[in-house]
Amino acid sequence: MSRDEFLGQLLVGLINGSFYALLSLGLSIIFGLLGIVNVAQGAFYMAGAFFSWMMLQWLGIGYWPALILAPLAVAAFGVVLEKTMIFRVYGPDHMPGLLLTLGLLMAIQGMFVYIFGANARPYPVPAELRGGWDLDFVFLPKYRVWTVFASVTVCFTTWFIIEKTSLGRTLRAANENPVLTRSFGINVPALITMGFALGVALAGFAGVLAAPLYTVSPLMGVDLIIIVFAVVVVGGLGSIFGAIITSLGLGVIEGFAKVFYPQGSNMVIFIVMIIVLLIKPAGLFGSEK
Amino acid sequence: MVTKNRLEVKNLQAFYGDSHVLHGVDLEIAEGEIVTIIGRNGVGKTTTLRAIMGILSNRRGSIKIAGQETIAARPEQIARIGVGYVPEERGIFASLSVADNLILPPIVAEGGMTIAEIYDLFPNLEERTASAGTRLSGGEQQMLAIARVLRTGASLLLLDEPTEGLAPTIVQRIGQAIDSMKRKGRTVLLIEQNIRFAMRVADRHYVMESGRIVDMIPRAQVAAKMQELQHYLGV
Repeated sequence: MSRDEFLGQLLVGLINGSFYALLSLGLSIIFGLLGIVNVAQGAFYMAGAFFSWMMLQWLGIGYWPALILAPLAVAAFGVVLEKTMIFRVYGPDHMPGLLLTLGLLMAIQGMFVYIFGANARPYPVPAELRGGWDLDFVFLPKYRVWTVFASVTVCFTTWFIIEKTSLGRTLRAANENPVLTRSFGINVPALITMGFALGVALAGFAGVLAAPLYTVSPLMGVDLIIIVFAVVVVGGLGSIFGAIITSLGLGVIEGFAKVFYPQGSNMVIFIVMIIVLLIKPAGLFGSEK
Repeated sequence: MVTKNRLEVKNLQAFYGDSHVLHGVDLEIAEGEIVTIIGRNGVGKTTTLRAIMGILSNRRGSIKIAGQETIAARPEQIARIGVGYVPEERGIFASLSVADNLILPPIVAEGGMTIAEIYDLFPNLEERTASAGTRLSGGEQQMLAIARVLRTGASLLLLDEPTEGLAPTIVQRIGQAIDSMKRKGRTVLLIEQNIRFAMRVADRHYVMESGRIVDMIPRAQVAAKMQELQHYLGV
């Protein structure tokens, strides 16, 4: 294997890992606060990509504003679903939430297929990020480097907010003991809605990042969410830091599998998942409850 | 009546699912009073506090806090009126440090204790600020749970068995904390099984049996009614 190929796959692995990280981070936040295994996360990722495509096609709003506006639109969409449906399935039993959000994933996806058809739509790479840097030993496409940089920055910012700020302190308290947190005068239901909005906005952000790389299609979310669930099982739901590290790590492992044993690259994450489930069922960073 | 009531509970009924737990609780606490509820286990003392706090939402009757009806209010609204709750299980957050536990509850009114005053009252806590909340001993957790509501400026404090299972020196320190609440004009409703402690800190005692208040004993009569009290507690 050439060094170029090796570094190229490392970058591809980090990119995939970045998308896994944004989605699994959102899943972890939502699971932590709401106890909901949000399968619809894939639909919010797809919606993020579609909203940025619609903004460009219909309103002439470009990539950079879309990077902010599309996740906000996804968050608003998510809040509507949380306020009308998802809040009804909160509780110690995770199954109703999982089934409801699975249904939402299928319904949202079906709605987009109905309106836009199943075809992929191209989204142009923004002018500033076309081309790449030729570093003699390797060629780095700018957009791919940007994707990794942007998602890692957003992930660690989210981690910082949750672990180190007063908002995060309140979120962690609400996660641990919602009843007592309310009895201190903290509006936990509003906090939960906000946490849900944050979690789905992360998926929407990933969708915008993905649009120029993978084209925009109503089915893009389902493909990704299956892998993200395997990633989340490996990392263990509920650990923010664990979700980020596991995602990047598994992305890279998957990238290398493409070099060393391409036939196995699609299943390597699932093989890791099976092994982790057998040895440490709560996941690498999860705690038994 | 001339004195203003900080808390007025009338015909309070409460339910856990199908089971009817409180059968018409009546009690009043004047501004600045320290009052206990005593009674055997399972008579509804904790349920009364949970119903006042709004944590137990299935409740009927009337609960007036500083004259304001709160029977339909949510816990976060009740807290904002100036109610501080220290649950029996103390409720220290494992995912937060001691310092973060202390500053978690928002300030609801002026006149709360500063962090420095709290550390004066409970020096143990100052030494443990960076520890995770649940690494504390039981006594330290209780001090932290009390300190947490002293900071917020809440004028009505609901304390659920603050001395349960604690060493005498710590019980004494908690007694001092309650004395300092009294000096600051706070109103305290306290559940207590420890009669000696209750006698020392409280102005009056409500006696509870099977979901009702059945007697009220002012401080001056406690000595004379000691036998009755012990009977109520099943001692």
